[in-house]
Amino acid sequence: MRIVKPKQLEQLAAGYRKTAGKHKKTVTVCCGTGCLAKGAQKIVDAFEECLNRRKVKDFDVEAVKKTGCHGFCEQGPLVVIEPQGIFYTKVKPKDIESIIEKSIENDEVIEKLLYTNPQDGRKIEKYSDIPFYSHQRRIALRNVGKIVPSDIREYIAVDGYKALAKVLTTMTPDQVIDEITKSELRGRGGGGFSAGKKWRTCRNVAADVRYVICNGDEGDPGAFMDCSIMEGDPHSVLEGMIICAFAVGAKQGYIYVRDEYPLAGIRLQKAIAASEEYGLLGDKILGTDFSFSIRLSRGAGAFVCGESSALMRSVAGEVGEPRAKYIHSVVKGLYDLPTVLNNVETFVNVPVIINSGADWFKKIGVAKNSGTKAFSLVGKVRNTGLIEVAMGTTMREIIYDIGGGIIDGRTFKGVQTGGPSGGCLPETQLDLPVDFDSLTKAGSMMGSGGMIIMDDKTCMVDVARYFLNFLVSESCGKCVPCREGLYQLHKLTEKICEGNGTEEDIEKMEKLSQQIVVGSLCGLGKSGPKPLLSTIKYYRDEYLAHIRDKKCPAGVCKNLIAYRVIPETCTGCMACVNACVYQAITGRKKEPQVINPDICQKCGACAAVCKYNAIEVS
Amino acid sequence: MVTMTINGKLARAKEGEMLLAVLRREKIDIPALCHHEAVEPYGGCRLCMVEITKKEWAGGKNMVTSCLYPVEDGLIIQTHTTDLIELRKTILDLYLARCPNTPAIQDLAAQYGVTQTSYEPVTDPDDCILCGLCTRICDRMGFGAISAVNRGHSREIAPPMKNAPPDCVGCLACALNCPTNHIKYSDRGFTREIWGRKFDLVRDAKTGQPTITKEFADYLSKHSDIPRDYFELKDESHRRETALSLGKIAIWNREVPQ
Repeated sequence: MRIVKPKQLEQLAAGYRKTAGKHKKTVTVCCGTGCLAKGAQKIVDAFEECLNRRKVKDFDVEAVKKTGCHGFCEQGPLVVIEPQGIFYTKVKPKDIESIIEKSIENDEVIEKLLYTNPQDGRKIEKYSDIPFYSHQRRIALRNVGKIVPSDIREYIAVDGYKALAKVLTTMTPDQVIDEITKSELRGRGGGGFSAGKKWRTCRNVAADVRYVICNGDEGDPGAFMDCSIMEGDPHSVLEGMIICAFAVGAKQGYIYVRDEYPLAGIRLQKAIAASEEYGLLGDKILGTDFSFSIRLSRGAGAFVCGESSALMRSVAGEVGEPRAKYIHSVVKGLYDLPTVLNNVETFVNVPVIINSGADWFKKIGVAKNSGTKAFSLVGKVRNTGLIEVAMGTTMREIIYDIGGGIIDGRTFKGVQTGGPSGGCLPETQLDLPVDFDSLTKAGSMMGSGGMIIMDDKTCMVDVARYFLNFLVSESCGKCVPCREGLYQLHKLTEKICEGNGTEEDIEKMEKLSQQIVVGSLCGLGKSGPKPLLSTIKYYRDEYLAHIRDKKCPAGVCKNLIAYRVIPETCTGCMACVNACVYQAITGRKKEPQVINPDICQKCGACAAVCKYNAIEVS
Repeated sequence: MVTMTINGKLARAKEGEMLLAVLRREKIDIPALCHHEAVEPYGGCRLCMVEITKKEWAGGKNMVTSCLYPVEDGLIIQTHTTDLIELRKTILDLYLARCPNTPAIQDLAAQYGVTQTSYEPVTDPDDCILCGLCTRICDRMGFGAISAVNRGHSREIAPPMKNAPPDCVGCLACALNCPTNHIKYSDRGFTREIWGRKFDLVRDAKTGQPTITKEFADYLSKHSDIPRDYFELKDESHRRETALSLGKIAIWNREVPQ
């Protein structure tokens, strides 16, 4: 069906809400990439099979919703029973029968599937009571995990495309740009440039053709915010883009999705087809004279293609290499025409701002950093997953309240924000408010929103080495400072990790880093040394321990550690002997074992199986 | 016309020009390894970076790649500040780690006082400095037979799948423009070999000497109005032909109308 009047959109929303409301209860099964990998499809199949077998009153297969990512990937597969909001974690297909019997046919709660709060061991029944969720503020992720991404009616039912209708019927392009500018929405891809200003510049360039591109090339290791949005709420990405196109006067848009996100590509493609069918995209949108179409552009998975000029070359079918941006891409972008390029999360915020107003949006967050920011919280925290918090929330709140603290009660050592181009921040910075300006001031950056938490068993030199290794292989290799400089920095960190470093090497690395920052062609090289510089700044002692004492305090760098059996603690259970594939451990049963350092490959398998903590790393 | 200040001296330039062209015209010695007038600026070697400022920037400065930066009225340019020299030194130092045995790099580095790399040299160095001139010129010629493959430090210039390039015509534009003579080719008799592909050379009808490859002659005649036999002659044969035709119209050979 084609919607030609905004009124029809409202009717459709009301109608769908009514049909959906006929079910006494609904079940949402998280089908984000994480939960799918953990077997969410089997859960859906089990529901279907079970429901076909038992005829449940007021409940059928349609009431089982396959939604996008709920964010709590650690605990997947997740099942939520609405309207009570009962939250089941780590659900297995064999649990479905009892879920239907107890929680759907009756109002009982299955205790063993509930989430256990790691801090006090208490079982938590409701979705909204879990600390992981209760400390969040979800705007960009407002629909992710709640609606069925593959059904456009689900999105329309939650006021989807309402902002578009408002824009097309009651606002002028200038008013839209003014509203976005007033909201102080800053680009969520990392740069933090004012979205309104960008749109205004694009509109003011004299040109017949303009483009709108959505950057879904999320390449940071450990980041999956944009992926979850594209998978879980593809229509809000489209709506944001259409509003932007109306504001700047574009007829054609592209969504650049990396090929590592096959599901996001499928869901977006489906969403594009559905919105075209409903007359919300394509020719004469909502019966007005405004036309705009969107095409999906698949990236081949190069990290550098997240950089605007490289991305645009890639969209145009050329090799994804950056060019110097002395003329901004907003003036001369795709095919040398004015182009607005914004991140997925930026576009998703647009419909909310239009619907609720810039003043409302500005109240969230802190001054000049309005709104919220989604992060993928990973690493050594208890609750890993996808989160969204108001700007200005402190690192401590994110790590301890939402993340539930460090795993196994170990101590916090650092947090890496902004991906390979960001930096590591130590414990002294825990009360730093998380916003664009504060992070940059502390020597890291917001980036697209990866947040990797590290504990005392993480070696910071090794972290710097890891990120440099990533950048060496992801640098396009066009300019010398990035291609050769990062390679040399990586060699130097390797040297230190192997215990061959000197104190001059630190100085040499700092000096070379400065030149790379100044000399590189694009953002990848310019920010590439940041992980290294920030770890040297905050963890110099650890570098010195590697160099002077030839010790790795965290026990990570293989050349600098040795495994040893503590004779007093060892019970001679022989578990380690069986675990060691190199046969480096010898000894008699019920007597202390001995590790032969010449054979030991320092894989750590023995320490992992020892129940008595009798193996120490020094 | 725009007016700029370069190292304290006034210089004029045409709108749309790039800074490097003006610097070269003003006889300022500025190194650039990836630049060639015939192809689009690239910005890969980073040696031509200069410092720019403007009166209205209130002391703010910026370092830009001169080969890519369009001229602007009132620009104040410095080409040899301590920072810039330090940057060029570092870049040449890095180049030396990649190409320790390449004379062109050794010479340029020596000019900046770098005689030995302070970094770890690669284990099996070659002469390729990855300036990309060969691929860009090949693209400009209209062939696109070779390109850069792999990313980052493993980047190299190669034909597709590292096989004999199907689109190559053996014109030698890549090899003759390589600043370090890294691209090797051989002409033996009537056979030319480059990028692992063999080409037959056309025989000059007059002198019997080899001229250009058959593929290149085919390409040139197909993409122009000039008949193919024109390309079958060597330069000296062309000159002889031209002399003969000029001779035919020379005044002393012309028949005087009755």
